[in-house]
Amino acid sequence: MNLTLRVWRQQGPQDKGRMVSYQVTDVSPDMSFLEMLDMLNERLTLEGEEPVAFDHDCREGICGACSMVINGTPHGPQKLTTTCQLHMRTFKDGDTIDIEPWRAKAFPVVKDLVVDRGAFDKIIQAGGFISAPTGAAPEAHAAPVPKVDADAAFDAATCIGCGACVAACPNGSGMLFTAAKITHLGLMPQGQPERDSRVVNMIAAHDEAGFGGCTNAGECTEVCPKGIPLTTIGRLNRDFIKASTKRP
Amino acid sequence: MTLYNEGEPIRDAKAPDGSIETRWERRRFSAKLVNPANKRKMTVIVVGTGLAGGSAAATLGELGYHVKSYCYQDSPRRAHSIAAQGGINAAKNYRNDGDSVYRLFYDTVKGGDFRARESNVHRLAEVSVNIIDQAVAQGVPFAREYGGLLDTRSFGGTQVSRTFYARGQTGQQLLLGAYQALERQIAAGNVEMNARHEMLELIIVDGRARGIVVRDMITGEITTEFADAVVLASGGYGNVFFLSTNAKGCNVTATWRAHRKGALFANPCYTQIHPTCIPQSGDHQSKLTLMSESLRNDGRVWVPKRAEDCGKPAADIPEEDRDYYLERIYPAFGNLVPRDIASRAAKNVCDEGRGVGPGGLGVYLDFADAIKRLGRPAVEAKYGNLFEMYERITGEDPYEVPMRIYPAVHYTMGGLWVDYDLQSTIPGLFVIGEANFSDHGANRLGASALMQGLADGYFVLPNTIGDYLAAGPFEKVDGAHPAAVEARAQVEDRIAKLLSINGDRTVDSFHRELGHIMWEYCGMERTEAGLTKAIELIRNLRDEFWQRVRVLGDGEGLNQALERAGRVADFFELAELMCIDALHREESCGGHFRAESQTPDGEAQRDDERFSYVAAWEFNGAGEPPVLHKEDLIFEYVHPSQRSYK
Amino acid sequence: MAIATAPRVKTPLRTSVGLKVLMAVTGILLVLFLVAHMLGNLKIFVGAESFDHYAHWLRDIGTPLLPHTWYLWIQRGGLVIAVIAHIWSATVLAMRARAARPVRYAHRGKVQGSYAARTMRWGGVIILLFVIYHILDLTTGHLNPVADKQHPYANVVADFAPGRWYVTLFYTLAILAIGFHLRHGIYSALRTLGQQTKRGERRNRAIALGVAVVLCVGYLAVPFAVLTGLVS
Repeated sequence: MNLTLRVWRQQGPQDKGRMVSYQVTDVSPDMSFLEMLDMLNERLTLEGEEPVAFDHDCREGICGACSMVINGTPHGPQKLTTTCQLHMRTFKDGDTIDIEPWRAKAFPVVKDLVVDRGAFDKIIQAGGFISAPTGAAPEAHAAPVPKVDADAAFDAATCIGCGACVAACPNGSGMLFTAAKITHLGLMPQGQPERDSRVVNMIAAHDEAGFGGCTNAGECTEVCPKGIPLTTIGRLNRDFIKASTKRP
Repeated sequence: MTLYNEGEPIRDAKAPDGSIETRWERRRFSAKLVNPANKRKMTVIVVGTGLAGGSAAATLGELGYHVKSYCYQDSPRRAHSIAAQGGINAAKNYRNDGDSVYRLFYDTVKGGDFRARESNVHRLAEVSVNIIDQAVAQGVPFAREYGGLLDTRSFGGTQVSRTFYARGQTGQQLLLGAYQALERQIAAGNVEMNARHEMLELIIVDGRARGIVVRDMITGEITTEFADAVVLASGGYGNVFFLSTNAKGCNVTATWRAHRKGALFANPCYTQIHPTCIPQSGDHQSKLTLMSESLRNDGRVWVPKRAEDCGKPAADIPEEDRDYYLERIYPAFGNLVPRDIASRAAKNVCDEGRGVGPGGLGVYLDFADAIKRLGRPAVEAKYGNLFEMYERITGEDPYEVPMRIYPAVHYTMGGLWVDYDLQSTIPGLFVIGEANFSDHGANRLGASALMQGLADGYFVLPNTIGDYLAAGPFEKVDGAHPAAVEARAQVEDRIAKLLSINGDRTVDSFHRELGHIMWEYCGMERTEAGLTKAIELIRNLRDEFWQRVRVLGDGEGLNQALERAGRVADFFELAELMCIDALHREESCGGHFRAESQTPDGEAQRDDERFSYVAAWEFNGAGEPPVLHKEDLIFEYVHPSQRSYK
Repeated sequence: MAIATAPRVKTPLRTSVGLKVLMAVTGILLVLFLVAHMLGNLKIFVGAESFDHYAHWLRDIGTPLLPHTWYLWIQRGGLVIAVIAHIWSATVLAMRARAARPVRYAHRGKVQGSYAARTMRWGGVIILLFVIYHILDLTTGHLNPVADKQHPYANVVADFAPGRWYVTLFYTLAILAIGFHLRHGIYSALRTLGQQTKRGERRNRAIALGVAVVLCVGYLAVPFAVLTGLVS
């Protein structure tokens, strides 16, 4: 396959950045999207042009590092798939592919396609945990968890923190990410004591980081590689209303 | 030319003696405690935020130490522990199926093919039960039964059901638990987190590990960081093979730099090769993806009997022309033989030219019989997500055509040598998780890597590091100290050198070539001639690397090629040591097969007479032969026996 | 070191979720008003006398407990507050959303979620303009050709006379905008108020669509009846 790539190149946070076109030839349909970029980078290096910087690590869809908006869609056209698991057989010979970084105030561009997602860590710091210091744990079977709750908690906990939800959201909102953690911990009996403070503080951290609000547009769940459902946001809302109307 | 010299043996690994059941308890009691007021004055550096590093940093923060944590990823949550699929062992005996701490200990020593320390493994089995309690308290959503209690399964050929799991994402869930505990400590100000920072050198002052040199990968700034102790939790070195199931960023630099500064490197040739990975589809392949071993429970492994059939579609090869080689050679275990045997058998048939798929590097894993026997819905329920993953990567539907699998490097049992306290040979330098030479001996059992990482980080290190720190706080050191100035200069020189070569080959092209050499000669099956040749090839390639590599850009900002170049440079040195270690170990043991040491019917032949020891290597200067220190392994409880699967 | 549970934030209303809740609650109040308003409109089909009587009765609700027109003014006050709160929260959220994406995508992807959700802001502005016009037309009479306060029936008939087709067109477009606004708005409000199951989500989408369609039909029935001569 031969393709035209239009890639966002930005030297650093201060640089204005622009789309730059590259031709790539002899792309194998069995290549992953990132392997196709590896190939481009090998060539650029030999031609004396700095390779395109992009985040990636595990390349098996679980670390959440890879983060590219491909033809306007975070992680590209295939549902429930991260960029690293997207294969070139999804594209046709002669296609033009636009590749851009996540766009959000809370995720400033570091270089080319690399953004800083530290804002997500800030949200977790505000309350995305259960306070259980090492050594203080009761016997694991002391608190049974109904299987349906455990399964639902697991579904929410599969979030890989990639940020595609933010990249897709017309409001640049991080609500699906936040809601996934609220849902995971809120469904476990261990998560109950901190449930109220967790939701209120995480939302405050979310807003503080510069994410927009949720308008239930639903783009996030469409692009989420783990299929975190929009219903988690309803749960977050309910927890939030409950927590903020309770007398302290 | 001598490849290595032999030095003094290691006489004491500091494990208490006496009854193995109480050794850990006695060690904890004998360890000196640190006054809580003093803890606040002491700083500990933790490099890496996987299961071991994340849990250690969080726990040390809880204890009151000031912790400085470093990871190369953009967030501690992305450490590669996240990719572990299967599960975590714990001797809870929830099934009443005869499991116990002693049995887990026994199975792990035996699984490691009698190349692990009994004391360490027993401690691992003891704390395994605490890990599950701890993880549940953190809200880790383990699989549960309808009664609300935890589900377990039997995994990796064990007879008892002791593996706890969270669907196929156990590593992810456990890591997020540790990550969340870590973030809580960051919020509390007990841990200072430095993501996208890479450790490039160790700083030793007056014989103690006192700091590290790090590079801020965003700004390129190189700084010296100091502490009262340094903990390395930087993972394994499987990426020396270029293609492995490791994340692209996994590297040996932190541990290798420590090795160069005096820490012994133990058993570097012990690598684990996993039999059920998706084969590579071409030369563009950048990494390999593991599929759960559970697939072998129902899939049948075969290749064509004749090499000339290999190009045909599987469906066109009639039953009588298929060779179900595992069932043929190992009738008792069939497709469920241990990882190393399944892997080697696959390589053997491919070497005979009977491999299938691109490059002839693959064997079929066929579910046609299972689908016939159980029905498609049952197979779907059991393996649906794995089949989907396979289809996403290969574009083939495993319900219609047999899967293709091939072995891939998955885990490295070797690592920096540590004593019972997890302290390396450099005082104040502790090494935990996959980065140390660990408790797995020559082969790791399924579901025990997560156990070891968390055991080290949550329970072992926080207890043992206190014994060292009780003598602190140590004298203040700053960047002006000659040792720091020197370490920093070493880092800056190396970076300047890499940027100045401006040759005509990319970093990846060297890495790929190095990987080929390692896979060919230091992979599953090794021979004296092959290893000798590999050492030669590695040395030549390394020289070429330092003359022809091209790294563009500068050191002033994010430069991913520069990061890779530094890592590959260290892989070259490690690769040579791995080959030397493999060459000197003239026995077949655990995950590796030495062709010269086999039974008359072609099975691995261990040599306890000569090789029942840990091989700990001392760096003796660049280009100089390393020095071998042997730590004899003594088995008081589990007596070595030869494995047989026929 | 043990950490005390972090203190709760003091002003939950100003958070993005708080503002949404305010928007949801006020939105639902306005929907209830729209339903009542529509039912009143439909009295036009009963006849001029009935319709005019209804219009006058509105001013007497609550009497004799409340003096003449007091209830109406209370309701108007409530509605104005709801509208202002609705618009205020929407504006704050829209400004935050705009700030949250300072650099736009060069390649705009296709909408995969809800199209209706994307029209909320402009739809809201159109509706606001319409409401202002509508009040000047049929409440105060400033823009009505007849402007006879005693006979609202006549005002309506004059308004939608075939010669003034452009008024009917504007009215129709505005009502459709309201329909779109409600289709997403009602669903979104229920989600904001904590609806969190898959089944509930399907139910809410159906409710939102149903209410939107019923209100559109109900509101459009009047002008089209006048236009076609069914009401004269």
